Amino acid sequence: MTATATSARSELSELGRSETALRTFLHGLPGVDQVGAEQRAAQLGTRSIKTTAKAQAIDLAIRMVDLTTLEGADTPGKVRALAAKALRPDPADPSCPHVGAVCVYPAMVPHVAEVLRGSGVHLASVATAFPSGQAPLEVKLADTRAAVAAGADEIDMVINRGAFLAGRYSEVYDEIVAVKEACGSADGGRQGRPAAHLKVILETGELATYDNVRRASWLAMLAGGDFIKTSTGKVPVAATLPVTLVMLEAVRDFRAATGRQVGVKPAGGIKTTKDAIKYLVMVNETVGADWLDPDWFRFGASSLLNDLLMQRTKLTTGTYSGPDYFTLD
Amino acid sequence: MFEYAPAPESRSVVDLKPSYGLFVDGDFVDPADGGTFKTVNPSSEEVLAEVAEAGAQDVDRAVRAARQAYERVWGPMPGRDRAKYLFRIARIIQERSRELAVLESLDNGKPIRESRDVDLPLVAAHFFYYAGWADKLEHAGFGANPRPLGVAAQVIPWNFPLLMLAWKIAPALAAGNTVVLKPAETTPLTALLFAEICQQADLPAGVVNIVTGAGDTGRVLVEHPGVDKVAFTGSTEVGRAIARAVAGTRKKLTLELGGKAANIVFDDAPVDQAVEGIVTGIFFNQGHVCCAGSRLLIQENVADRVLESLKRRMARLRVGDPLDKNTDIGAINSAAQLARIRELSDAGSAEGAERWSPPCELPERGFWFAPTIFTGVTQAHRIAREEIFGPVLSVLTFRTPAEAVEKANNTPYGLSAGIWTDKGSRILWMADRLRAGVVWANTFNKFDPTSPFGGYKESGYGREGGRHGLEGYLNV
Amino acid sequence: MSERVAVRKTYKLFIGGKFPRSESGRSYLVQDANVSLASRKDARDAVVAARAAVKGWAGATAYNRGQILYRVAEMLEGRREQFVALGVPGDEVDAAVDRWVWYAGWSDKLPQVYGGANPVAGPYFNLSAPEPTGVVAVVAPESPALLGLVSVIAPAIVTGNTVVVATSPTQPLAAVTLAEVLATSDLPGGVVNLLTGRISETVPALAAHMDVNAIDLTGVADAELAIELEVKAAQNLKRVLRPAPADHDWSADPGITRMTTLLETKTVWHPKGV
Repeated sequence: MTATATSARSELSELGRSETALRTFLHGLPGVDQVGAEQRAAQLGTRSIKTTAKAQAIDLAIRMVDLTTLEGADTPGKVRALAAKALRPDPADPSCPHVGAVCVYPAMVPHVAEVLRGSGVHLASVATAFPSGQAPLEVKLADTRAAVAAGADEIDMVINRGAFLAGRYSEVYDEIVAVKEACGSADGGRQGRPAAHLKVILETGELATYDNVRRASWLAMLAGGDFIKTSTGKVPVAATLPVTLVMLEAVRDFRAATGRQVGVKPAGGIKTTKDAIKYLVMVNETVGADWLDPDWFRFGASSLLNDLLMQRTKLTTGTYSGPDYFTLD
Repeated sequence: MFEYAPAPESRSVVDLKPSYGLFVDGDFVDPADGGTFKTVNPSSEEVLAEVAEAGAQDVDRAVRAARQAYERVWGPMPGRDRAKYLFRIARIIQERSRELAVLESLDNGKPIRESRDVDLPLVAAHFFYYAGWADKLEHAGFGANPRPLGVAAQVIPWNFPLLMLAWKIAPALAAGNTVVLKPAETTPLTALLFAEICQQADLPAGVVNIVTGAGDTGRVLVEHPGVDKVAFTGSTEVGRAIARAVAGTRKKLTLELGGKAANIVFDDAPVDQAVEGIVTGIFFNQGHVCCAGSRLLIQENVADRVLESLKRRMARLRVGDPLDKNTDIGAINSAAQLARIRELSDAGSAEGAERWSPPCELPERGFWFAPTIFTGVTQAHRIAREEIFGPVLSVLTFRTPAEAVEKANNTPYGLSAGIWTDKGSRILWMADRLRAGVVWANTFNKFDPTSPFGGYKESGYGREGGRHGLEGYLNV
Repeated sequence: MSERVAVRKTYKLFIGGKFPRSESGRSYLVQDANVSLASRKDARDAVVAARAAVKGWAGATAYNRGQILYRVAEMLEGRREQFVALGVPGDEVDAAVDRWVWYAGWSDKLPQVYGGANPVAGPYFNLSAPEPTGVVAVVAPESPALLGLVSVIAPAIVTGNTVVVATSPTQPLAAVTLAEVLATSDLPGGVVNLLTGRISETVPALAAHMDVNAIDLTGVADAELAIELEVKAAQNLKRVLRPAPADHDWSADPGITRMTTLLETKTVWHPKGV
């Protein structure tokens, strides 16, 4: 990190202390022109990724999947099956990589943890009264601690959109800081276990404008988020390419300003290989190779995985596959 | 790293003939004196075809055919029927769009992404738009009984061969004129395929005539006493010569000439979109664009930041095979144009501007030029005054809106301008003061058949597109 | 008692709102008066005055320009007898006043009639509006001295252009008297500049002048000269109105072409987004 970045980082870390400073900073960020951003995203979507590039992209995308189930009807049996699939997505092909993580509700974490232990597949848990976030702070923190204690090494929190839209940025900021702290407090670090990674869900579908997405991204990063994530998947508008573009620009600019790299996770609505490849192209051409890694980019998805597997089979065998040949979860 | 594998568009969709004749009076004919020239693929220097070179006799024959078609068929034809022919043409263009796009990229060197996603959709849309005017001319605002002019002589450039053809032919035919069109000598092929489309549409013979050739053919055409209208798109130098040539005649003249547009970025601009706009402004179509944003004016207090973003973005530009679907920048259209770009760029360096290009491997054969920016440019530099018509951007700075306007207008050209700021009232204030025919605010290089296009000052006169585009082809 | 000796008028040029003599110190005898014989340098000075006036006049509101032009018509009407005394038929004066009023009303309507929104296929606001081209050199028709003059000046200036006019060489007095009307109305100095004298002397300089945006050759009767002027005008791509045919009917509805030829259409795009 350069000296300038260090000083910029320390200046930026002061922002959270004052509502006014935070507001001034967030509203001083460059605006986003909706039409221009959407056109750029659409243009990147016209890239033609074929043959070797496609094979490379599919394997990378599989490694980036946060295989997710977030249903009221989730049971230990269901999430164990999902975890098994995460470890070996294509039982017929040992060369197929495992996914990035499994993402479940806190109550399901212990069941998944048993399956994943030692596998290298991360265990993500939503927390903080997901998906609405409408609970007292103590409840959200307890939710977080419980998930971490049960074995989650990644926490997907939701921001308080109500407070954000009302302009109470400090409230949103303080809450993220508190949850981040809770992520590391499961065992107080005594056993050398690193703090859980914090993914901050902006719920961009509720933020309405790209200007808000950019501000919320910076707010989450300033407060210590390790990842910024688009959506819960529980509101009508989930991840889109242009929203992800704005978030990628934010992590790019944040690293340039502070030296700290933050990951990005589009979630919800990404169902096909074609979609996933568009995202990877966007990562490649917006932030570059540094983010083309499961540590820095993830897909929050469920049905995407099977499409990736089918396309992978098509590439290796030359014939189109069908859903009967892949496990349902 | 994520390397994109080659993704070439197939050439097989194009059926290239070894040689092409002139399209006169509905048929392909040999030139009277048998002259030919070769057209090459600028990305490989491969000869694509031999093309007939029209001499004075051929031009005369084409003008007579156009005159006869005007007097006997197209002039008397009810507007609603002219409309139907134009609609037909629009539809065939849509149906054969991939073939036309591939051929355009082969002959011109532009990336298939652009010929496919920009040129061809606009070409079809242009015919579709003007088709609808053919039976509504009395509502166009030019009086109750607008009359066609007669025979239009049209000379177009090589940068958007088929799109410029559409801009010329669609309004001319809608208004009831017949045409003799000369495509540029380096890019004649899509115009000749268009001639086939005219046949396919059963367009009456002589309504559209295509005479291929170089500058001499064009000169003979515009000077022909049998033409009533001259429309030219190209350099200001040639435009001037044409304006002189038509002096004292009845010929109505429209000229769409050069430019040296300022693209002005304020400190409150939506910076990521501005950077895209700068890139689109100067690197779209290899910078072979008369309205290119070739002078970047950045507010001094954000100049370093914007340039850093711009350079980072430029490093992502993919230069190479025009037929690869992932290519952003294709080949320079000709050896002559490449020489001119090199000469002016060298002058930029010699005059003390700082030159930068991203690392970029250029193919060995063909005509190539890496995307380039010059910083530390002043209004006195040649690269800030002369049209380079290539992927070369001159960067200047300003301090106040008034200074930006002054610098932007400080040129004999006046075709286009760009403004990037989040402040609405400043956009309108600037737009009022910029002496340019098209002002793009928070966007750049956008075109539409309904939107008039054309310049102030030495960028020419008359407008193409929209209701205004009819005026140049009507006796009003 | 002897009869009162009349005070005769000196007919001078009209440049920048002032009435200078020709810098050449020359005059010529025409219509029983010594009229200034403008030189190329007078033409140059007139262009400087016209250019200086562009910013204010083009920048004035259309309503304001309309009001000022209407005021000119009022003053013209008031001087009816003066023009008649110069030999302009009364009917022609009336027609000239009416023509002037007709054009005055166009100031705030032409941008609506000749511009407008364009329905582009995308999320953009797109508007075309006409703007004045700038400085226009005008060769007034030989005759009718007043109606012809009014018919070329009014359409040029109503939209915000400024003009340098070469007046009818044989009937310049109506023009100089019109200058008096203009000088006593609220028209800013430099919007209209009048050069009396020989067309062949001043107009080639105007046609070649690189700071003139357009040229109206209406009054050029000599076909050879018209070609020479159009060729010169090409040097900076001046907008050109070609000579009127000898039998042109000055009483007919002029239409809007005179105005539109001296306008530039500017089209502004802006994205629509939140």
